[in-house]
Amino acid sequence: MSQRQVLQVFEQYQKARTHFVQMVAELATRPQNIETLQNAGVMSLLRPLLLDVVPTIQQTAALALGRLANYNDDLAEAVVKGDILPQLVYSLAEQNRFYKKAAAFVLRAVGKHSPQLAQAIVDCGALDTLVICLEDFDPGVKEAAAWALGYIARHNAELSQAVVDAGAVPLLVLCIQEPEVALKRIAASALSDISKHSPELAQTVVDAGAIAHLAQMILNPDAKLKRQILSALSQIAKHSVDLAEMVVEAEIFPVVLTCLKDKDEYVKKNASTLIREIAKHTPELSQLIVNAGGAAAVIDCIGSCKGNIRLPGIMMLGYVAAHSENLAMAVIISKGVPQLSLCLSEEPEDHIKAAAAWALGQIGRHTPEHARAVAVTNTLPVLLSLYMSTESSEDLQVKSKKAIKSILQKCTYLPALEPFLYDAPPNILKHVVGQFSKVLPHDSKARRLFVTSGGLKKVQEIKAEPGSLLQEYINSINNCYPEEIVRYYSPGYSETLLQRVDSYQPLAN
Amino acid sequence: MREAMATLARLQARSKAVGQQYYFRNSVVDVFRKKENDAAVKIQSWFRGCRVRAYIRHLHRAAIIVQKWWRSYSSRQHYQLVVKLAYYTMKMNLYNEMAVRIQRRWRGYKIRKYCFDYFYLKEYLRAVTETNDAIRDALEEFAEMKEREEKKAALEREEKKRDYQARKMHYLLSTKQIPGIYNSPFRKDPDPWELRLQKAKPLTHQRPRVKQKHSISLTSWLACTSNRSFPRSEILPPINRKQCQGPFRDIAEVLEQRYKPLEPTLREAEPINELKEAREDLRRQEWIRNVNDNMFLPFSSYHKNEKYVPSMHSSSKYGPNSYGCQRFRDENPKKWICPKDFQTVLPSFDLFSKYGKLYSKAGQIV
Repeated sequence: MSQRQVLQVFEQYQKARTHFVQMVAELATRPQNIETLQNAGVMSLLRPLLLDVVPTIQQTAALALGRLANYNDDLAEAVVKGDILPQLVYSLAEQNRFYKKAAAFVLRAVGKHSPQLAQAIVDCGALDTLVICLEDFDPGVKEAAAWALGYIARHNAELSQAVVDAGAVPLLVLCIQEPEVALKRIAASALSDISKHSPELAQTVVDAGAIAHLAQMILNPDAKLKRQILSALSQIAKHSVDLAEMVVEAEIFPVVLTCLKDKDEYVKKNASTLIREIAKHTPELSQLIVNAGGAAAVIDCIGSCKGNIRLPGIMMLGYVAAHSENLAMAVIISKGVPQLSLCLSEEPEDHIKAAAAWALGQIGRHTPEHARAVAVTNTLPVLLSLYMSTESSEDLQVKSKKAIKSILQKCTYLPALEPFLYDAPPNILKHVVGQFSKVLPHDSKARRLFVTSGGLKKVQEIKAEPGSLLQEYINSINNCYPEEIVRYYSPGYSETLLQRVDSYQPLAN
Repeated sequence: MREAMATLARLQARSKAVGQQYYFRNSVVDVFRKKENDAAVKIQSWFRGCRVRAYIRHLHRAAIIVQKWWRSYSSRQHYQLVVKLAYYTMKMNLYNEMAVRIQRRWRGYKIRKYCFDYFYLKEYLRAVTETNDAIRDALEEFAEMKEREEKKAALEREEKKRDYQARKMHYLLSTKQIPGIYNSPFRKDPDPWELRLQKAKPLTHQRPRVKQKHSISLTSWLACTSNRSFPRSEILPPINRKQCQGPFRDIAEVLEQRYKPLEPTLREAEPINELKEAREDLRRQEWIRNVNDNMFLPFSSYHKNEKYVPSMHSSSKYGPNSYGCQRFRDENPKKWICPKDFQTVLPSFDLFSKYGKLYSKAGQIV
């Protein structure tokens, strides 16, 4: 009898513990409860429950701890300070899959907040155990372990190096080949986080044979998976020409162009980021992209999105055009310039406008043909207004000024230059007048048009110091016209004529 | 002496008269003499003058001839020089003209062929436009296909949902006696839902689904079979279990006996012939696994009876083909005709030294 009563006490205690831990885990899912839980000292209560006899309580306690640590970094620090990590790491190796998932969740939740916390996790030897978890049969365990490794490696290069040294990369590549989509996503995201810090890390990832598998999965219909894959490939390709060439050799073109037409915005953004990272290295790679029709696809993609999603596409066009004039001409014939000028005028954000201005400058700076193609779309007044406006950020002003200067130095399309005579500041006016002085001596129709449109009059009104470059240009323009015309249009001519009338004595007959 | 003195005196007396006479005679005659003298002088001077003038004339003529010949000679030299110069200039101009023509042709050819092929660029841009159009079409098609697939999937989902709804609402079907909701007698045709309800199969009763708890609760520990899930420590017996009626032993003891871990004797735990047994075990495993029981014979005994067949590379008289094995620029001294290198007979000219470096870099990307 008494034995039963004794056992009943134990039974009740166990039920109470189970109930407590389950309720805490449930409450921890809602952010508003977490403050209260923290103030009530939940950490110190959960810690001994991790060592509980009953496996369920252990798992649920680990789950609750994970959710608490996930919420903010104070709690995560409390987890670290409370010496919970070594216990978790030790039992990770021995327990069943549910416990492993919960423990890996705690490690992930702690490691995601800051590099110091991630370093604490690495210091207590969690990496080896996590890598062992990557070899587990259960895909949920693998996913949790890969997620934790990804979050740790995200912060900086040393932590990534530590993850790589623990031998995680080949196992992550194996994880990518697993059939479960969630596991593929997480493994791709972890590889992306590892390879983004330095070329050596990216090379390690490539040596494990990741590129082929990543490239195969571009065709997968799942949107989130495609995001991660494209992000991983772009992080690999961004470091050096060899890596970019290796990514290209995996035959991603023209398949990657279909990702530019995806419904998901971030897939489009990551795909254009990938193409940008490949295009920026050498002219040959840009040429390859243009030959595969990438320029047209990117331009269409820019047309179909808004805001920050467009930015990598705009930069890609700028990089392609910057390499050589043939590529710039290819961008022009793919109808890139109207699209870019649309971006320039309708985007509200300054950094996107700055990127569009830079890209237009790169396109227009090569030869008069290119400058004409840019000037015809009436972007130069927009650029000028951006440069002059006080609301534009400094970066935008600098970039638009450079773009205007580089285009103006090659522009011979006079109808676009004429508005500049009226409202340009002096440093730009110098270039405009210079261009006129180069074109007018050779073209008679242009001279006529210049006079009739009032340009000659405006030029006469410009005040320039004698001996300056501007004065030389004005002189060379004046030399193209007969003297009477120049005098006619010079300011104050009507006054001189009237003075002559005043001072004229009619001949006495 | 007196005569002399007398002569002298006489002479002296006469001298004055002589003197006067002398003077008178000279002065009168002097005029005539002077006149004749002057005339003679005039004649002489005239003659002398003529003579000298003739001489001078002669000299002049000689000088003129000499000068004439000298001047003609030197002018001819000068003229020949001028002509030579003019001829030379004319020739050089002609050569320059011809050279300009050659250079013009050559430069045009070189630029068009090696540095920047304008037509190739135009072709390339046209090809790029075509590719762009093709890609744009293909992407449009792809997007349309995706749209269609999505629409189809959405429609199917809708269909499934409606079907499920119909199955749930099966009881709203109209009967002969009572027209259902969707089959009002005032309507001309029954509502499409009515037809759907007619087609739908009613759902079976839902069995109350027990939510499988992943965690291992106390009550299920009896079913544990694997080593891992068995709680290692002493565990409390389930108290809600009723004590069975009858002469049964205490369940704790029963379970203790049932799940008592094995305590083998030393003879079993570490037998003497452990190694032999392990080998036997291994042999048995291999016998299970292996497909072929024949031992894998080593090469030496295999080749005792075989004739050696040389490979094609070593048996052909031309030697192994290095294509694909070695690099293309490898040198094979055995194949050289003579041991010396080629000697340049003519000096090289830098025709192609600026190959690809002049003018625009555009044509390089070809």
